[in-house]
Amino acid sequence: MSATTNHQGQPRAVFTARSALRQFMTLLVFNTLIAIGVSAFSEHSLLINLLFSQLIGLCIWGCLQLQMLIFIPQPLTQWKRMLIAVPIAVVGGYLSGQALSMRILFGPDFNVAPTGAQNTLGYLLLSLAVGAATTYYFMSRERLAQEIRRADVASHQATEARLRLLESQLEPHMLFNTLSNLRVLMGIDAVRAQTMLDHMTDYLRATLRASQASTHPLATEYARLNDYLELIALRMGPRLQFELNLPEELATIPVPALLLQPLVENSIRHGLEPTVAGGHVRVSACKDGSQLHINVHDNGVGFNPADNEQGYGLQHIRERLQTLYGNHAGLSFELPAGGGTLAHITLPISA
Amino acid sequence: MMTHTSPRPTALIAEDEPLLAQSLREELSRLWPELNVVATVGDGLSAVREGLRWLPDVLFFDIRMPGQTGLEAASELAESWPTDRTSPEFPQLVLVTAYDNYAVAAFEAQAMDYLLKPVQTERLKATIQRIQKRLLLRSRPGNNPGQQSPAQSKAFDDALAQIRNLMELGTSSNQTSLPKLTMIQAGVGNAIQMIAIQDVIYVEAADKYLRVLTATREYLIRTALKDLLAQLDPDQFWQIHRGLIVQAAQIATVERDESGRTSVRLRQRSEKLAVSRLYAHRFRAM
Repeated sequence: MSATTNHQGQPRAVFTARSALRQFMTLLVFNTLIAIGVSAFSEHSLLINLLFSQLIGLCIWGCLQLQMLIFIPQPLTQWKRMLIAVPIAVVGGYLSGQALSMRILFGPDFNVAPTGAQNTLGYLLLSLAVGAATTYYFMSRERLAQEIRRADVASHQATEARLRLLESQLEPHMLFNTLSNLRVLMGIDAVRAQTMLDHMTDYLRATLRASQASTHPLATEYARLNDYLELIALRMGPRLQFELNLPEELATIPVPALLLQPLVENSIRHGLEPTVAGGHVRVSACKDGSQLHINVHDNGVGFNPADNEQGYGLQHIRERLQTLYGNHAGLSFELPAGGGTLAHITLPISA
Repeated sequence: MMTHTSPRPTALIAEDEPLLAQSLREELSRLWPELNVVATVGDGLSAVREGLRWLPDVLFFDIRMPGQTGLEAASELAESWPTDRTSPEFPQLVLVTAYDNYAVAAFEAQAMDYLLKPVQTERLKATIQRIQKRLLLRSRPGNNPGQQSPAQSKAFDDALAQIRNLMELGTSSNQTSLPKLTMIQAGVGNAIQMIAIQDVIYVEAADKYLRVLTATREYLIRTALKDLLAQLDPDQFWQIHRGLIVQAAQIATVERDESGRTSVRLRQRSEKLAVSRLYAHRFRAM
């Protein structure tokens, strides 16, 4: 069996060549132990018992592997088939292993079993028990290994998603440009430099702390947008005007942390930065029954949905809204007649 | 108009962030007092305009600017730079960028002068020294009154090659191994017209479209020139201008006029196509 991946993208890798070899070695040890155990009760010598034990064990194992190869490619999910396959393998393997041992001991003409029917039944039951126990052991081990692999994949994906999110929020270009401006500001206006450093500190802290699930009051969300926009305004100078309008009664409504940041960033980066004249960004919020509406409006070059650079941030907003509010929340875009882009978020106000 | 006969070297700064522009200007005046910063602009288009107006010795161009990137501005400046005997050499170009791993690797590979923001004083000093050395080497007035000296045109060719290579790297970075097209599918009304790639004589960018021209017909496709270019065999199709790709086998003659402008005539069409200076290196006699 090869280590391909199944449709779920998880490593199949059950009973690969390497694990089969390990099983084989374990099997030899097992068979030896059984031979030693049987010798304590039997009149035959250890050597003869060893021969029987190894051949019977190997035949059972071979028979089981053959069945699995043909009928049970995914033993962990097809364990009911194993319930049939193991007894077949034990009976078939026992009889053929025994016959083989006889043939080796007494030559091709010998036909009579050296032990009685009662003994055969006893050894058969013993083999069945051992076969079932070892199969169960290997399958549990494989199941555990698969669980670990699955957990690894999941945690890898989670880490990757978090990294991508961080990278989209802490856009390095923005970070280094801001640092450059701070460096200059320190020389000409130390007080303003301090204020900017405070904005940057708050913005960084919020970004690093914000997780998929956390929420904070709308007023805090606005404060972080203000940090971000102050930093950008420092860089863009008179090319950027911004306005953050928050009705007082909405200040405490919880919203997903940094939900709006990608929208404002898109407005700056794809709306205003490309234009020579710059422009404005306005964020406003209002309440309509139990729904909260937030608008991010700019008068830049206008949203182009085909621009996949914007894709990740927007996809992330949609995923968060879907996870937190299902179909009660949404993100949409308009291209207003006056130019620019209007992004609109609506979400339910939870009590 | 300033020329290189002026005792003081001149510079143009293109940087869209006002504080950074101001700071670079101040640092330069401190570290290189003789340098005369003739203009400071905040976008790529103004950079080209002011560059042609002042013909400075040094350019400090930010990469990411509104209107046009620093690299695009530099290439357009190179396109229109005067090359008669009285005009100065093409300036020393220094690119400035905040963060771009990929670009930095390319700058290193092309031996392009660049500064990383925040601009550190030591780094700026070293760059200034390098440029001063080169400016000293290059200005030998009066050694060839008829036209530009071979050394001058060699320096210009090198600058063109640097800019061209950086621009090509920028466009082909993530699509180096796209499968090559054998057919172009152009929508004509409700139908799709199939055009065999060898029938395409040239492709010209027109706003959001590309004009695809065969011997007898013209089609419009909605693709970016750089995306199409990545899917064409570079030996079969040559880019000859920012917005022009020509099938090499369809070029009949190449002409150079007295001002040094190159153009090509085609085998199966009557148009004469202008060749950009950036790509003129392909058309030298063997």
